[in-house]
Amino acid sequence: MPAHTATAAAPSDGSAERLQRIRAGLSARHGRETRFRFYGMLATALAMGFVVLLFAMVLAKGLPAFTQAKLLLDVTFDPAIVKVEPKPVQSLDQTPADYRRAMQDWERQVTLVNWNRIVEQAVRAKAPDFQIDSRQILSIVENNERFRLRDRFVADPSLLGRTIPVTMLASANVDNWLKGTIDRSLPDAQQQLRDDARALADRLHAEGTIRFQFAWGLFTNVDSRSAPAAAGLAGAFMGSLYMMLVVMLLSVPVGVMAAIYLEEFAPKNRWTDLIEVNINNLAAVPSIVFGVFGAAVFINYFHLPLSAPLVGGLVLTLMTLPTIIIATRSSLRAVPPSLRQAALGLGASRTQMVFHHVLPVTYPGILTATIIGIAHAIGETAPLLLIGMNAFVASVPGTPLDQSAALPVQIYLWQGNENRNFFEARTSAAIIVLLALMLALNGLAIYLRRKLERRA
Amino acid sequence: MNSLVTAAVLLALMSIAYQVGWSRSRAIEATAGKLHSRPAYHGYLTVVWALVPALVILAFWLIFSQRITQSYILSLLPADIAAQGEGDLATSIRRVRDIASGFGVAGETAPWENAAGQSLREFQLLAFAIVVAAAAGAGALAIVWLRQRISQRFRARNAFETVIRVLLIACSGVAILTTAGIIASLLAESLRFFSFVSPLEFFFSTRWAPGFSTTGNADGEYGMLPLLWGTLMVAGIAMLVALPIGLMTAIYLSQYASPRVRDTVKPVTEILAGIPTIVYGFFALVTVGPFFSKAGALVGLDIRATSAFTAGVVMGIMIIPFISSLSDDILRQVPRAMRDGSLGLGATRSETIRRVVLPAALPGIVGAFLLAVSRAIGETMIVVLAAGNSPYFRLNPFEPTSTVTVTIVKQLTGDTDFASPQSLVAFALGLTLFTMTLVLNVVALQIVRRYREQYE
Repeated sequence: MPAHTATAAAPSDGSAERLQRIRAGLSARHGRETRFRFYGMLATALAMGFVVLLFAMVLAKGLPAFTQAKLLLDVTFDPAIVKVEPKPVQSLDQTPADYRRAMQDWERQVTLVNWNRIVEQAVRAKAPDFQIDSRQILSIVENNERFRLRDRFVADPSLLGRTIPVTMLASANVDNWLKGTIDRSLPDAQQQLRDDARALADRLHAEGTIRFQFAWGLFTNVDSRSAPAAAGLAGAFMGSLYMMLVVMLLSVPVGVMAAIYLEEFAPKNRWTDLIEVNINNLAAVPSIVFGVFGAAVFINYFHLPLSAPLVGGLVLTLMTLPTIIIATRSSLRAVPPSLRQAALGLGASRTQMVFHHVLPVTYPGILTATIIGIAHAIGETAPLLLIGMNAFVASVPGTPLDQSAALPVQIYLWQGNENRNFFEARTSAAIIVLLALMLALNGLAIYLRRKLERRA
Repeated sequence: MNSLVTAAVLLALMSIAYQVGWSRSRAIEATAGKLHSRPAYHGYLTVVWALVPALVILAFWLIFSQRITQSYILSLLPADIAAQGEGDLATSIRRVRDIASGFGVAGETAPWENAAGQSLREFQLLAFAIVVAAAAGAGALAIVWLRQRISQRFRARNAFETVIRVLLIACSGVAILTTAGIIASLLAESLRFFSFVSPLEFFFSTRWAPGFSTTGNADGEYGMLPLLWGTLMVAGIAMLVALPIGLMTAIYLSQYASPRVRDTVKPVTEILAGIPTIVYGFFALVTVGPFFSKAGALVGLDIRATSAFTAGVVMGIMIIPFISSLSDDILRQVPRAMRDGSLGLGATRSETIRRVVLPAALPGIVGAFLLAVSRAIGETMIVVLAAGNSPYFRLNPFEPTSTVTVTIVKQLTGDTDFASPQSLVAFALGLTLFTMTLVLNVVALQIVRRYREQYE
């Protein structure tokens, strides 16, 4: 101990001096320690704070959009306005094509009826003494309500001459005005509605004709540009669902089998090393690169349809595959070697050992990884933009090959809508739906893992 | 209907095959004693043998049926109809198809149309019957052939396991195929782009002004340096936000926090990683951008609502959990003995962390950092919404900017015909992005891996 012997010459005041120096520095060191610890807590609190902030903001903005102004009206299908022939019936000697033509002719007649007047009459009936011209009355009712009246009539022509209660959506501008999303003190020139329409809306709201009700339309309607208050997520939801199906059906079997080969069968050589590096790298490739690849290969080379959930699903499958492979491999690696040795020792072949004994143990892990991978995939936007899924699609896709939107892309489209006041809340509502879906999927993954692991 | 019949035939074929293989082996076992493989394996192998020829025939039909039907319809058309122009011919063919399908066409039909429709219907039925019969027949032949081969020493299990092995290898090939496909497609399209614009201009020019694709020529300037600069600036700001917060969070969680705090805080911060980037983008556009803009005005800074700064800060928040969980794992791998040694010599905890734990973990943290940079560079939706899309060289981070990913989205969105340099440039940009992230990922993954091995 050379250091000790060096100071041993003057043991008493040497150690005292050293103690002195240590003591002198001690408070500064402890101060640094406290500060450092404080920084750590601060950083952690910040990270947590961002989560809280993000959710608070999305909820604050989005929750109001789940209720919507609706008009509770009594609609009379006045025969003086609805002047049409009786609905055609298919006769036995008619081909389907001829019947369809007759039907189309009749529906054209029905469409030519002045449904706006019927809407107008229904609103006027609620405020008979209010002096206002027809255009202003129609500006408080959503644009597509007349088509909904027409569709009701097409479905049931016996409505002619009867009066039925109908709940109509108020227009987006009325919704803004009544919710206060637009500044009420703005001068007339900057208001979306004319002053008499605003007064009528206020009066109807006070009288209970306009009420705020849960916006079911958000879930049951498709996207709409001409009738923003009726824009909903149904199409996007189905599109995302189809994509999830495609991802699930393709990425799980392929991913699990690839993982089994790499973990259980592949010889350890340069080739499998390459595959390993390659898979790890694929997991970190930016999602937009997959989109560019999809555009070049699926759209440009194979000529698959644009905006189709199938193509979106294929692109997302390629993105999810590495995640599932990596997770399955780590689950396989976690299976104790004794299980393998026992199976092999009793004479099972390698394939039997893997499929009968090792794989069943890893099901919880694979299941969780799959759900988390899919939850991640449905939130992905950028690659979908490149394969044309940002097209405006106002229908619910019937098959994975139909044009369709997807939830995240719908969010992207809505945030760009010109009617900012209205769509900021709608977009946030769509975000809430997407986040709820993802949280539910993740929750399911956690629940399943707990449940399955306990049993195993 | 056709696909249902096909599926039914295939299912029947499979069950018959299994039954034949199984019962044949059972019969042999009953007379000659134990077989090499269990009866089930004989059944599985027979199914594989029956399925392969049937599927091959069906696949051929799937590929060629369109062309065959088309030429058959052409042969049915009278000479004067067949000689019509493209559009009329297509209409005639569609009418014939509609008649054949039984749906009919509206209005009068020419006699030749009826005749053609009738024979097309017969042809389609006949062709379908022949194909399905051929597939079933080929499957049946394969079954019969395999049935002959089943004997006491027939190694059905080994053969079946080879089939499985091939399937597994094919699945793990998908990952390689994806990477190869990405590289090949990006390279091919980039080469097409470079036939319009010289690579020198693309990589080293400082002006980005690609013009519009409708003009159909290459006028416009394609220097990617402003985009690259924007990308690096946004990623740099993101890392300035994410690295301190993420690293300090990791330090706090791994070194200071009690297990209970850790177990609650870690999942909560990881929620940040699971939120779709479009949500961050919306959040940046609607809330963070205006907030910075107002805050900047208070202190006399001119901060634009959509700027490199806004995008960078929000992206940093997104990356925090990425850095914190990776670093947390890495910090926890530092051997306990090193920490205990330092603490035992009287160092405070923060001194131990700064002088012992962090230097030991440095390679791993650098790896995590590089992975995070790669993610920041490839991030799309946040910058699409919040960076302002203005592809000029600007040093001021408070001004709008544009990045490589934004430009890919902008140039490729909604395009189906990749012929103009304006859309092809997206592939060159994609290739650049892919190469950048590939290098970062490979280096980072190597570092992390080597680091992990060092302490194992």
